[in-house]
Amino acid sequence: MSSPSTPMSDFEPQAAALAAISPQRTFYWSIRRELWEHRSIYIVPLIVAGLILVGFLLGSTHLIAKIRSAESLGPMQLQEAVERPYGFAAMFLMGTGFLVSIFYCVEALHGERRDRSILFWKSLPVSDFTVVLSKMMIPLIVVPLITVALTIATHIVMLLLNIVILQVSGIGLSVLWTNLSLSTMWMMMLYHMVALHGLWFAPAYGWMLLASAWARRAAFLWAVLPPIAIGVVEKIAFNTSYFPHWMQYRFGGAPGAEAYPGNDHAMHAWAHLNFGQFLVSPGLWSGLVVAALFLFAAARVRRSRGPI
Amino acid sequence: MALIEGRGLRKVFKTTVAVDGINLRVEQGRILGLIGPNGAGKTTVLNAILGLTPYEGQLTVLGLDPWASRDRLMRDVCFIADIAILPRWLRVYQALDFVAGVHPRFDRAKAEAFLTKTDIKRNSKVRYLSKGMVTQLQLAIVMAIDARLLVLDEPTLGLDILFRRQFYDSLLNDYFDRSRTIIVTTHQVEEIQHILTDLMFINRGRIVLDTSMEDFESRYTEVQVHPEQLSAARALKPMFERQALDRTLLIFDGIERTKLLSLGDTRTPSIADLFVAVMTNQPQNHGAAQ
Repeated sequence: MSSPSTPMSDFEPQAAALAAISPQRTFYWSIRRELWEHRSIYIVPLIVAGLILVGFLLGSTHLIAKIRSAESLGPMQLQEAVERPYGFAAMFLMGTGFLVSIFYCVEALHGERRDRSILFWKSLPVSDFTVVLSKMMIPLIVVPLITVALTIATHIVMLLLNIVILQVSGIGLSVLWTNLSLSTMWMMMLYHMVALHGLWFAPAYGWMLLASAWARRAAFLWAVLPPIAIGVVEKIAFNTSYFPHWMQYRFGGAPGAEAYPGNDHAMHAWAHLNFGQFLVSPGLWSGLVVAALFLFAAARVRRSRGPI
Repeated sequence: MALIEGRGLRKVFKTTVAVDGINLRVEQGRILGLIGPNGAGKTTVLNAILGLTPYEGQLTVLGLDPWASRDRLMRDVCFIADIAILPRWLRVYQALDFVAGVHPRFDRAKAEAFLTKTDIKRNSKVRYLSKGMVTQLQLAIVMAIDARLLVLDEPTLGLDILFRRQFYDSLLNDYFDRSRTIIVTTHQVEEIQHILTDLMFINRGRIVLDTSMEDFESRYTEVQVHPEQLSAARALKPMFERQALDRTLLIFDGIERTKLLSLGDTRTPSIADLFVAVMTNQPQNHGAAQ
């Protein structure tokens, strides 16, 4: 980050003598600092998980009735009835993670200027790019992994509750073992979170971080309005909608979803793609390049920004 | 090579010229007081030195261009700003953890030892610390960093007199040695007079006085003039004259003290008195102040 290409003159010898701090270590502490400041990253999903469990418990009588009636309809309906609450739990937590990421990005480089703490962070030997990159890691990796881990934990508690409920109601546990394949769901979800919520959405996070570094106030509007404005101008000027369609393709669902028109469930469409195919798709890499450009710009902007 | 070297330093904010082409040179081991009225450009100069703001002209700090390599520079430079800049959500132990995590010259044991002498608890959030405690915490961190240059921008603003005294005492006794350099700005000039080795007055983005304290003491004399000697004293062209109750005080620039002894009681003026004298002699500033 700080390539010592500048002539160091007579001040350097002393500096060379001390134990250097590796960039990895600086990076690690920068990410930890984000988790100290933005506790909503894990508290909000925890609250949602708690609510899901409460809801699951409250709906248990309804669930039993549903399983009973589904048993007479057929295996498909039965599987649907058993699996459904688990699928909902995963969806709610993924949605929560997405919202948390958005609010985090918009706040990340704005809050430190609002409370003037940017001066404290800038008084330490951490480069602007390290700071911006560590903030990017939150929506890119930390939130997806927290979401997956929390979903697994929630599913396990649900499973335990489910076992008790089914035992008490006398239905028996076999409906669970034959109809529920949680590990598959978890693997799919891990893939979905890392590939889609993390890597595929990266340019959006980069853009929001840039808006957060740029805006004096109303960072959220700076993040949201320019894309809308581009769409409006395009419509008025050329009467076309390429930009909105491109946005829709990029952030409305998953790449490849359009290849399975009959299947509107994005996560299932993803399951058909293999990771290798995803890794070589130009859409992924062009997105990552755009994200990198936004991050460089955000670091550049942060350098000249002070308290507001 | 000097620790800080600036030539033709200039900074314009939209329509205001904050720093108007100044040259400065600070040698290692000095304690420089940067004194000026509000809006004189002190903070802008300090921000340029710290790599927090771009500027026109040439500036090197410890051989580095501060704007291009702030992060590298901050291994050897510390600063305390005029306002609370520690984030309010930060806990004391987190502050220590983080600085220890990223700063190669931070000696955590030293900071802990300093904090033990205060009422600050490790688990407290900055939000719940008093203003004095926040300054103590900052001081604990800064004093535990083996830096070459320490920049203090109104470090004791809003603190009571006990904290202020303690602040400068700690700085001098536990921190300063001849290898370090300190730059300090403050309006409470009288509190730092005895610790400074160099003095710089800045007004309207220009340096109006730049002197070492030794030169200051030999160059300026304040005379409490006997009434009958007043006209003789005035003939020597004092730079400043003021009335204090029934006494008349004159400040002379560059006149040997032995020549003034017959006129009344002589002494070295306080920085505050000289500051008033110099600023009053700045015609445009005086006009603006009216």
